[in-house]
Amino acid sequence: MSFTVKINGSTHSVDVDGDTPLLWVLRDVLGMTGTKFGCGMALCGACTVHIDGVATRSCITSIESLGKSQITTIEAIGETPAGAKIQKAWLDHEVVQCGYCQSGQIMSASALLASNPHPSNADIDDAMSGNICRCGTYVRIREAINLAAQTNEKGG
Amino acid sequence: MIPDRIAFRASDTNLSRRSFLGTSAAIGGGLILSLNLPLGQSKAANSDSFAPNAFIRIGSDGQVVLTMPYVEMGQGTYTSIPMLIAEELDVSLKQVRLEHAPPNEKLYANPLLGVQATGNSNAMRGAWKPLREAGATARMMLVAAAAKRWGVDAKSCRTQDGEVIHVPTGRRLKYGEVVAEAAHMPVPGNVTLKSPGDFKLIGTRAKRLDAPAKVNGTALYGIDARPAGVKIATLAQSPVFGGRVKSVDATGAKAVKGVRQIVRLDDAVAVVADHMGAAKKGLAALKIEWDDGQHAKLGTEEIARELEQATLGSGAVAQNIGDADKAMASATTKVEASYQVPFLAHATMEPMNCTVHFPKDECEIWLGNQAVARVQAMAAKEAGLPPEKVIVHNHLIGGGFGRRLEADGAVRAVQIAKHVDGPVKVVWTREEDIQHDMFRPYWFDRISAGLDDQGRPLAWKNRFAGSSVIARWLPPAFKDGLDPDSIEGAIDLVYDLPNLHVEFVRVEPPGIPTAFWRSVGPSHNVFVTESFIDELAAAAKQDAVAYRRALLDKSPRAKAVLDLAAEKAGWGQALPKGRGRGVSLQFAFGSWLAQVAEVEVSKEGAVRIRRVVCAMDCGTVVNPDTVQAQLQSGIIFGATAALYGEITLKNGRVEQTNFDTYQMLRMNEAPSIEVHIVKSSEPPGGMGETGTSAIVPAIANAIYAASGKRLRKMPVDASLLKQA
Repeated sequence: MSFTVKINGSTHSVDVDGDTPLLWVLRDVLGMTGTKFGCGMALCGACTVHIDGVATRSCITSIESLGKSQITTIEAIGETPAGAKIQKAWLDHEVVQCGYCQSGQIMSASALLASNPHPSNADIDDAMSGNICRCGTYVRIREAINLAAQTNEKGG
Repeated sequence: MIPDRIAFRASDTNLSRRSFLGTSAAIGGGLILSLNLPLGQSKAANSDSFAPNAFIRIGSDGQVVLTMPYVEMGQGTYTSIPMLIAEELDVSLKQVRLEHAPPNEKLYANPLLGVQATGNSNAMRGAWKPLREAGATARMMLVAAAAKRWGVDAKSCRTQDGEVIHVPTGRRLKYGEVVAEAAHMPVPGNVTLKSPGDFKLIGTRAKRLDAPAKVNGTALYGIDARPAGVKIATLAQSPVFGGRVKSVDATGAKAVKGVRQIVRLDDAVAVVADHMGAAKKGLAALKIEWDDGQHAKLGTEEIARELEQATLGSGAVAQNIGDADKAMASATTKVEASYQVPFLAHATMEPMNCTVHFPKDECEIWLGNQAVARVQAMAAKEAGLPPEKVIVHNHLIGGGFGRRLEADGAVRAVQIAKHVDGPVKVVWTREEDIQHDMFRPYWFDRISAGLDDQGRPLAWKNRFAGSSVIARWLPPAFKDGLDPDSIEGAIDLVYDLPNLHVEFVRVEPPGIPTAFWRSVGPSHNVFVTESFIDELAAAAKQDAVAYRRALLDKSPRAKAVLDLAAEKAGWGQALPKGRGRGVSLQFAFGSWLAQVAEVEVSKEGAVRIRRVVCAMDCGTVVNPDTVQAQLQSGIIFGATAALYGEITLKNGRVEQTNFDTYQMLRMNEAPSIEVHIVKSSEPPGGMGETGTSAIVPAIANAIYAASGKRLRKMPVDASLLKQA
C-alpha cells in the first residue's frame, strides 16, 4: 500500500505494508541513514526522530500511524534553533565517541531544549535516560545540554 | 577529511606508486584502488606526489594524506594519530587527510600485536614511534629537496606550517612545490624526533576530526552502506550453539510484502527483502525447526562447575616469585577466596552487520571492522577466492569493544550472499546480536594469601580457569598453556609481593565462542586482584589505601596515582550512612591508574554509583581530552558490567535477548567522573580499556565499605546486599 509521509519539509510516497516501522522507511526505502537502528523495541533511543516536534522512537512507529504528521530527522534538526544549539554544544564540548547513538541523543536533547529552555538535571535524566550510549558519553551529554541551555539564557 | 568508505584491493598494482621510497620494495600488493571520501574528496595518488613511506603521501597541492593503519571506533585515533604525523611534519592538523590502510599485514601490522588490528589499547603505543618517524623522515626529505634547489645547506633551513624556510634569507617553499624533488632524495637512515619541549600539537586538546559528521547524521558506518540495488537480509541462527536447521516452512514469510528470498544455511536461515521491516516481518513468519545438537542441555552452572573443578588441579605457571607455599606455611594469617566473572556480550550500539556482493569471480564487502586483513582472509576462504579478489570497504565503527576484531559476521554474510543475486546487506537484530555474540569468557579464580604478624602479604597464590581468546585468534601467541592477555593484571603486580605463584588453566566452554571484550584479561584479573588486596587490608584491619601504599616502594608511578586519587577523592573523610568509598590500583595496557568509587547501597540492596575519581599516568599525553573521554567511557562500560552485565545459558540457549534483559547503564545512573592526569614524558601507555577493568573492583570495594558485604561474583547481586 502506498503512504505519503512528510519528512524534513519534503513529501515522499512509499509503497510498503502499513505496519512497517518508520525507521526502515527512512533508512532502507528513502536512504536517509542518519537515523540509526539499535534495538527495534524502543529500548535504546538510537532511532529517535521528531514527530510534530515530539521525540519519538521510529523503530516502533508504524508508517500507517503517521497521518499528516511532520517528521524531522537528524539530517534536518540543525535547521531548528534548538537543534542547532545542541549540535554546536555537542561539538564545543566534544561529546561524540563512536558516534552511532548520537543522532538519537541529539534528537532527544533537541526536543528537550525546544520544550524546556532551562532543563534541570532531573529534566535531563527524564528526557535522556531512554537513550543508551555504550561509549558512556553521558557525562558530556549532560554538560553539553547545560551548555546549550546557557546560550538560551544569553538570549542566543 | 575522514574516510567513511574506502575501497582497496590488495593485489592491484596498476596504480603508480613509484615514489614509495624506502619501504616501497616491500609493498607488493596493498595499493589503493579507489577512494570514496564523502567528507572531503582525496586526489588519487599521482605521479608527482611524494610518498616516503607507507603512511604518508604529499601531493603537489601540499595535501598530506595519512594512510591510517588504525580504525576509529570512538577512541579518537582518527585525531590522535594524525597529530603525530602533523607534529613531526610541521603541518597543521587541517592539512592532514586520512585514508584507511588496505589489508596488508606487512605494511600495516600493529608493531605490538604483529597483525593489522586495532585493539588491546595499543594504537597509540604502536604508532608513537613509527608514525612520528614517518613524519620526521618526510620532513627531512622535503628540507633536503628545498635546500638542493636553493643550493644551500639543509641545516640552514627550518620548517613551519607546511613550508620549508631558508633562515638566513627568509626564502620559503611550500611542501607541495618540492614534492617531485623530495621523492628523489635519499631516505635518511636516522631521523631526530622533536623533543617534548618543542611539541606544538602533541599535548593539546585538538578537536576531534570525526565529530562534525557524527552530529549531523552524515557519518557512515558499515550498516549505512547502500551499494546500488542492495537488498536487506536478517537472520535466525541456531539458538543452541552448534545446532542445525531441521526444517523450514517459508510459506508465511514469502507472503510478506517486500520479501524476496529465503536463504537456508546449515545452521541459520536468512530472509532477504527490500527493507529491514519486511525482512524482520518475514523472519517472524518463518517456521523453523532446529536440531539442537549436543549442547541442548548446556547451562551456565555446568560451565562454572567445570571451571571451579579446574582450579583444583594445576595449570600453566604464569609467574613465580620466591616460594609461595613455604611462605604460606609460615604465615600468621591465611586468607582464601574464590571469585567468578560471567560471560558478557559486547552490545555495540551498531548491531552486527555486513554487506556483501559476490558475483562469483570476486567478492566485495562493506563493514566496519577492527581487523580488515582478518576479514579479507576469512571471507576469501569462505568465498573460495584468493584474498586479492576480496575487496573490503571499511567504515567508521559504531562500537568495537573487541567485537569487531572478529570476522564471523563477514563469513556469515558471504554464506548468505552466495545465494543472492546482487548485493545483500545482512543486519543482525539486536536479539541475534546479543544471543550470537562471541562472549567475554567466564572465569573462575581461586586465590589465597598468607600475612605476617604485621598484616603484610608474605605469600600470594592465584589459580584461575577460563577460555583463552588468543589461542583461537592468534594461535602462535598461545604458548606453553599461556597467553599474554589471559594473565595480564594477574602477574607483574604493582605490589611488592616476595612470594607469588600464579597459574592459568585453559578451559574452553563447550560450543560457546569467546572473544576479546574491552579490557579482556584485566577485566577479570584486576577485579580479582584488587578485590583480594582489599580483603587482605580488611583482614589486617588496615585502611585500604594505606595498606596498598605500604606495598608500593618499588612502584613509584603506582604510588603517585594512588596518592593523587585518594587526595582528590577525599579519602578518609566521613560519608553518610549507606555510602562507601572503594579504591582500585592497576597497571595494565602500559598505564597506571587509580580509581576511587563512591557508592550508595540502599536498604533494598540497590547500588548507586555516585562519583568516580581517577588518577592516571599514561606517560606522554597526546590529547588530554581524549584521555579524559576514554576514562569516562571505560568507567561507564565497566560500571555497566559490574551492575548488570551477565550472559547466562539455559538449555543451550542464551537467556538474554535485548536491552530489557541485558541492561545498560543509562544517563540517570551515570556517576560524576573526575579525571586527574599525572604529567609525564615517558612514552604513551594505552587508554581505551584501562577505565573498564579498574572500575569493577573499585565498585565492589566501595560496596564492601558501604555495606560490609564482600561481592566475589559479578555482576552485583542486590539480593545479597538487602538489609534483613
